[in-house]
Amino acid sequence: MSVDKDCSMFAEHPDSKQTPIDLCLTVNGKKVCYSIDPTMSLLHFLRDKMKLFGAKESCGEGECGACTVIMNGKAVTSCIVLAAEAEGAHVVTVEGLAENKKLSILQEEFITHDALQCGFCTPGILMSARALLDANPNPTDEEIIEALSGNFCRCTGYIPIFNAVKAAAERERKELGK
Amino acid sequence: MTKCCDYKSKYKHVGQRYDRKDARKKVTGQAVYAFDMEFPGMLYGGILLSPYARAKIVSIDTSEAEALPGVKAVVTGEQYDIKVGLYMQDKLMLAKGETRYQGEAVAAVAAIDQKIADKALTLIKVEYQPLEAVTTLDQALEAKVLVHEDINTVKHLEGVFFPQKDSNIASWNKNRKGDVDKALEESYMVVENEFSLPTVGHVPMETHVCIVQADPYSDKIRIWSSAQSPFALQQMMAWSFNISHSDVEVNVPFVGGGFGGKAGIHLEPLGAVLSRAAGGLPVKIRPSREQEFNQLPTRAAMRGRIKTGVDKDGMLQAVKVVYDWDSGAYADYGVNVGKAAVYSGIGPYEVPNSYIDSKTIYTNKVFSTAYRGFGHLETHWTIERQMDLISQKLGMDPYEFRRKNLLKPGSRTISGELITESSGSPTDCLDAVVKEIGWTGRKTEEERAKEWKTGKVRGKGFAMLQKAPAMPSNTASSAIIQMTGDAHFRIMIGAIDIGQGANTVIAQMAAQELDVPMEKIEVVDTVSTQTNPYDWNTVASKFTFMGGNAIVMACRDLIRQMKDVSAQILRTTPDNLKHGGGYIYHVHNPERRISYESLSLGYAYENGMGVGGAMIAHGSSIADGLTNLHPETGQGNPALDWTFGAHGVELEVDIETGDITVLKIASAFDIGQVINEKLIYGQITGGVVQGLGSAVLEGYKFNTENKLMNPSFTDNKIPTMKDIPLEIVPIYIENPQHDGPFGARGVGEHPMISVPSAIGNALYDALGINFHVLPLSPEKVALGIIENARKNTE
Repeated sequence: MSVDKDCSMFAEHPDSKQTPIDLCLTVNGKKVCYSIDPTMSLLHFLRDKMKLFGAKESCGEGECGACTVIMNGKAVTSCIVLAAEAEGAHVVTVEGLAENKKLSILQEEFITHDALQCGFCTPGILMSARALLDANPNPTDEEIIEALSGNFCRCTGYIPIFNAVKAAAERERKELGK
Repeated sequence: MTKCCDYKSKYKHVGQRYDRKDARKKVTGQAVYAFDMEFPGMLYGGILLSPYARAKIVSIDTSEAEALPGVKAVVTGEQYDIKVGLYMQDKLMLAKGETRYQGEAVAAVAAIDQKIADKALTLIKVEYQPLEAVTTLDQALEAKVLVHEDINTVKHLEGVFFPQKDSNIASWNKNRKGDVDKALEESYMVVENEFSLPTVGHVPMETHVCIVQADPYSDKIRIWSSAQSPFALQQMMAWSFNISHSDVEVNVPFVGGGFGGKAGIHLEPLGAVLSRAAGGLPVKIRPSREQEFNQLPTRAAMRGRIKTGVDKDGMLQAVKVVYDWDSGAYADYGVNVGKAAVYSGIGPYEVPNSYIDSKTIYTNKVFSTAYRGFGHLETHWTIERQMDLISQKLGMDPYEFRRKNLLKPGSRTISGELITESSGSPTDCLDAVVKEIGWTGRKTEEERAKEWKTGKVRGKGFAMLQKAPAMPSNTASSAIIQMTGDAHFRIMIGAIDIGQGANTVIAQMAAQELDVPMEKIEVVDTVSTQTNPYDWNTVASKFTFMGGNAIVMACRDLIRQMKDVSAQILRTTPDNLKHGGGYIYHVHNPERRISYESLSLGYAYENGMGVGGAMIAHGSSIADGLTNLHPETGQGNPALDWTFGAHGVELEVDIETGDITVLKIASAFDIGQVINEKLIYGQITGGVVQGLGSAVLEGYKFNTENKLMNPSFTDNKIPTMKDIPLEIVPIYIENPQHDGPFGARGVGEHPMISVPSAIGNALYDALGINFHVLPLSPEKVALGIIENARKNTE
C-alpha cells in the first residue's frame, strides 16, 4: 500500500501458488499442528490461525515491538519471523501469561504501577519483560532498559513500565524463589 | 527513576490511587481494538496514494484492478463529490482532478483479503501531470500558486475562521490589545527573534482503523472505528453524505492511542463508499505504518516571529507575534489550532499591549490536525525561549523576570478575561519547579569553561505553560447512570477512554458522590452513538472537567430520585433524607432507612405493591460563560479552565556528539484537585516523554519536491526506554477551580507543552548557545557548538 512500491514487503504474490506446509509447534503449552502458507509470518499465524489477538501489528517491520512473543525463551518480533521458522518451537503469547485463571506477578505489577494506558503495546511489552525475567531474575536497571528498548509505547513515557518490571522481578524472586 | 505515589486525599474515593478500570483486559490480551475486529463477509480496503506533492490527474484506468479475482469494488474521485471537514470543508474524500500532497488518496479498492487489495492497487493506472508545488511558507504567502483555487468559496465556520481571498491563507486569526507599535517604540528594550519547528506525527501505536458497512438500500451507515470522538464523526459523516445524524452509527471499542490525531473524520467516508459499491459488505481499512505517515494528518510545522518590549525593570510592555502554521494541503482542524494561538499566544503573562497574527497556511504537503496540546507546544517554544532570551539581554535572572510578569488574581489575559484565585496560580508552579531543580541562577562563562574540559557540560532551565480547552463556546458533555437490581451502577459516557483514564476518573467521582465502593461502579467501555449519551469530542483536556461535572449532576439526579421514592416509603419529606453507605436514611433517625438495592428497580412493599421504578439518571454539562472571540481583536472569553504549569530541567550535553541527557525534569501543574494520582502520574511521564520526542528527536523530512523522506520507524523514531529522563518529578498544585468537579482542572495534554522550551533554556545555561529550531538533535547541537566556537575565535 506504499506510494510507489509494487507490493508490501511480506505479502505473498496473490497469483503465486504456494504449496501449503505443515507446521507443528507448542503455543502457550499446547502442541498444535496446522497446514499453512509458507510465507505466513508468525504474527499472522498466531492471529489468523490460532485466533490469539493479543500480539498486535503496529509497524510490520520489526521496529516497534507490538508483536513481541517469546519463541524458545527469546523475545522475537513475530511480524518478521516466518511461522515456518517456529517448527517445533515453544511459543508463548500474552494469553499464556496467566496460569489457572490467576494473573501472573508481572501482570499484577503492570496494573499496580499503571504501566499501560491505551494498552495496544502492552502485550508486546509484557512478553519482552517476561523473556528478560526468565533469563535474568535479578536484572540491573540498565538490563531492564536494554531489554525493553525495542518496544515503543507512545502513552506512558516508559517510567511506569520500568517500575512495574523492577517490582515484578523483586516479587518473583521473593515469592517464587527465583 | 521516579516512583509514584504518596498523595494524601481528603476524600474517600476522589484522589485515591485506584487501578485503571480496564487494566485487567489490557494485560491479558482481551482488550479488543478496531484493528482486531472481524465481521462476516468483511472485505479489506486498500488506498492508492499520490506519488506527487501536486499533480493533475490526467486519467485513471481501473479496468485491470476491477478484473482481478477477489476484488469487489474500485472507486475513484471522479465518481464522488464528497467533502469532509468540521471547521473547513476543504477536503475531498478522494482527490479529483488534482492531488495536493504526496500521500493523498487517489483511488481505493475493497477485496476479499488484504493481499488481493494490495495487488489491485498496483493494477490501477494513473496518468499524472506533475505541477509546481507550494513547498515553503514563504512561497505559500506569495500566493503565485494556490493550493486551493476555490479558496474564495470554501465552506467554513463563519465568524470564527477567516479564509483570505485569492491566497493560501486558510484562516487569519487576530489578537489586538492596546497599542503595540507605540508601546514597542517607548520600550526600554525590544527583543526580536524567530523560532520554528517541523511537522511531527502523533504515532498512535494502533494506526487509524475503521470498519464501515453502508446499507445499499438506505442511507444507514454503521461504523466501528478507532476514532476518539464518535459523536463528532457521526456529525461529519452526516454532513458529508447529506444524511441524518441518526443514519450514522459509530461504535468505538478500545482505541490504541489518539493524541488528537483520531479526532475528526478520516477513512470512514471512503469505507462507506467502498462498502456500498461492494453491495453493503463491511469494509475494513487499516493503514500500514508507512501509509499512516504519508497519508494521515500530522502536527503542523510552525514559524513564530516575536518582538517583545520591556521596561528597564523587566516588566513586559508589548508583545507582537506572527505565527505561521504550515498546515499542509488541508486545514480543516488546523485552523482551530491557529485560533488557539491568538488567545493563548503569549503564555501565562500579563501584558498591556499585544498583537498576534496567526495564519493557518496551505502548502502541498501532508495535512495537519489537532495534536496533544493543540498548538501550545509550538507557541510555547516561541514564547518561553523568547522570555529566556529577553532575560539574558536584560542581565536579569530568568526566574525573577518571569515571576514579575506572570498572571495573578486581578490580571487580565490578552483576550480580556479576568484571572481570579479560582483560575489557579502560575507562580506556584514556577516556584515549585525552580525549587525542585535547585536553581540558583545562570552559570557564568568561567563555570562553563571549567566544565567544558570534562567533555560534558550541565545546565538548568525552566519554562512556563498554560492551556485551556480549545473548543466551541457551547461544548457539551453528558452521562447516564442506570442501576442494576443488586445496586451496582452502570455508567455511560460519550467520551472515549483512549488511555487517559476517563472511565476510571468518572467511576471515582461517581463512587464519591454516591458513597459506594468502586467495585460497584461499571463504566461501559465500548462507546456507541446508538446507546451512549452525547459528548462533543474526546479532546482538549476537557473531559475530567466537563464529564466530571456531568457525572456529578447525574449522581445528584439519582440521589434525588431515590430520596423522592424513599420519602414516600418512610413517610417524610426528601429534605429530611440523606444518603450514604448504600442507604437513603432519615437525618434524625438513621434507622429509618431504605437500601439502594431495594430502590434500584422499583420498591416493593411487603404486600407486593410497587412504587418508584428503575433508577435511571442523567447529567448534562455545557461549557459555562464562554463567548466567540471578536474577529478583529480576539477579545472574548475562550477559556473554560486554564491549567497553568511549569517544567524545570537539568541536563547534560556531550560536547563531542551533541547528545543531550535529561538528568531530571520537575513538572508542576495547578490541577485544582488530584482525582487519581496514578493516572496523573502517567499523564505526566507520558506527556513529558512525548514532549522530549518533539524536543530532541522527531520531525518529518521532506525533499525539495515535498516528498516525505522518512515515513517509517527506521528513520522517524519516537522515544524509547533508552531516551527517557533519568528522573521525572511530578508536582501537583491544588488551587481549586470553583466550578470544576471537586475543584479539578484538566491536565491530559499539558505535560507535553514547554518540554522543548525548558530543554532549550537549559541548553543555553549549559552551552551559552541559543537554539531557535527544533528538534535539538545531536547533529544540530554539535554543529551549533562548532559554529559558536568558530564565531568566538573570529
